[in-house]
Amino acid sequence: MTNSILARRFAIAVAIVALVVLPYAIKEVYYVNIASQILLYAIFALGLNILVGYAGLVSLGHAGLFGVAAYVVAYLLTAGHGHALAIVAALTASLLATAGFAALSLRATGITFIMITLALGEIVWGLAYRWISLTNGDNGITVASRPAPFGIALSGARPFYVATLIVFLLAVAASSIFVRSPFGAALCGTRDQPRRMNALGYHVWLIRFWACMSSGFLSAVAGVLFVYYNQFISPQALALTASAEGLLMVISGGAGTLLGPVVGAALVVIVKNVVSAYVERWNFMLGAIFVAIVVFMPEGLVPGAARLVRSFWQATGRRKSVAPVTAERRQ
Amino acid sequence: MSALVINNLSKSFGGLRVTRNVKLNVEPGERRLIIGPNGAGKTTLFNLITGELAPDAGSVSLFDRDITRMASRKRTHLGMARTYQIITLFARDTIQHNVTLALLGLSPLRWNPVAVLGRQSHLAVAARDALRRVGLEQIAERPLAETSYGERRRVEIAMALAQNPKVVLLDEPFAGLSIDERQDVRKLLIAIPREVTIVMIEHDMDVALDLADRITLLHFGEVIVEGTRAEVVADPRTREVYLGE
Repeated sequence: MTNSILARRFAIAVAIVALVVLPYAIKEVYYVNIASQILLYAIFALGLNILVGYAGLVSLGHAGLFGVAAYVVAYLLTAGHGHALAIVAALTASLLATAGFAALSLRATGITFIMITLALGEIVWGLAYRWISLTNGDNGITVASRPAPFGIALSGARPFYVATLIVFLLAVAASSIFVRSPFGAALCGTRDQPRRMNALGYHVWLIRFWACMSSGFLSAVAGVLFVYYNQFISPQALALTASAEGLLMVISGGAGTLLGPVVGAALVVIVKNVVSAYVERWNFMLGAIFVAIVVFMPEGLVPGAARLVRSFWQATGRRKSVAPVTAERRQ
Repeated sequence: MSALVINNLSKSFGGLRVTRNVKLNVEPGERRLIIGPNGAGKTTLFNLITGELAPDAGSVSLFDRDITRMASRKRTHLGMARTYQIITLFARDTIQHNVTLALLGLSPLRWNPVAVLGRQSHLAVAARDALRRVGLEQIAERPLAETSYGERRRVEIAMALAQNPKVVLLDEPFAGLSIDERQDVRKLLIAIPREVTIVMIEHDMDVALDLADRITLLHFGEVIVEGTRAEVVADPRTREVYLGE
């Protein structure tokens, strides 16, 4: 028991060191930027995973929440306000939008919930596209500079990567605490047996509402990082395809697992950016990979790989001893 | 003061009157058995009492407090617990976790997103206690998916008892059990202290007859006969609607 905890802590430490050293080991700035993109989309996917994986509510409007935060940053910076104000206002605005989304869409679950979130996401996209006086329409808004927290300029690819990494690690830590908490257990309960949870004294609606808010907050954080990463925002970033890509990340990596969304984000970003340089129809590639995952690892890459490793150990272990192996419980 | 009072409760689904002017008065500590053939409206009556359905007319009071319009989750906080006829458990979790969720439902801790649930030793101890009462302590760590039907019935009861309720509503606790399993459930129901009021539904009359102080016979949503065991069994209307002629 203590050994496995030590091994786990060691693995986490190695992973963090590797992530910190990574941009300095890679010579090309292009790949450092890809790594930043993976991390910021991983934050987005972690947020979406709270809803999809733990609350059992599939949202197709999350790019809208991501977009509200990005646009508020871009708008306020263009209007001459400082970075701190822009970021705080962006997170606040996105949380308010999330509350509105939740109030409207939590009247339903299942397919109806998906359709309402889709409609709401499309409304935000429509505003970004058509409300030209505010958003500059299809031309988008350019952000002149990145912030310099504690006097450290983030204008270079490597400092920006490190800043994104810090936010990413905080998001992973927050998610892992959330998952093991009583509230996390209550949320999973509302996913599996909402009627029973109500009978046990839980306020199912309010639990789902707070799940939406946590999810929306992480989406907003990712949106802020996104607008600073690109130094540009246009309606394209909050189109339906962006929401669908987020879902793809969560489901391909493994919904309801901590690391699944991170792996899924890496997969989607790499296919989108790296593979597209070699294969013209990279969308086709992404689709083919997704189909393969659904066929061979329907539970997602992370739980699927864990299953393969387990069965491999069981197969090799059986030859040496006949000790019974109890199946590990899925988190 | 009565534990549970139901007054003129009615409920229709479209043109189908499932509950018709039902009156019920259950004393504290009483064991009340509600019997009736399939479709008599027993489970609907339970859903009206717990608030999962809203009645068209009538009232429900728990210890003199009118709860007719109260949200069902709040009734749980007032000391009402129920089990389901169709087992409604958390299949991907362990038995222990199922009972822990029942305990957490009444604890303010359920809103806490930063504590570690696994380290809440008071919940773990209470969950073990509840499982000991139903004889499942030995397999507490077993995933629910790997348990038998009879064990799941007992998990249902353990979850209700874990909430330390004043009134327990048991919806067909013997349904689908083997003779041996029925004996186990019977023993654990007998062992429930008299501070707890029990209202139990059974459609199979013989199974639970001797557990009851009083029996209510429901037929087409109406109370047909009510009284002690002997009175109800002897009543010709019972024979007519229930035992068959």
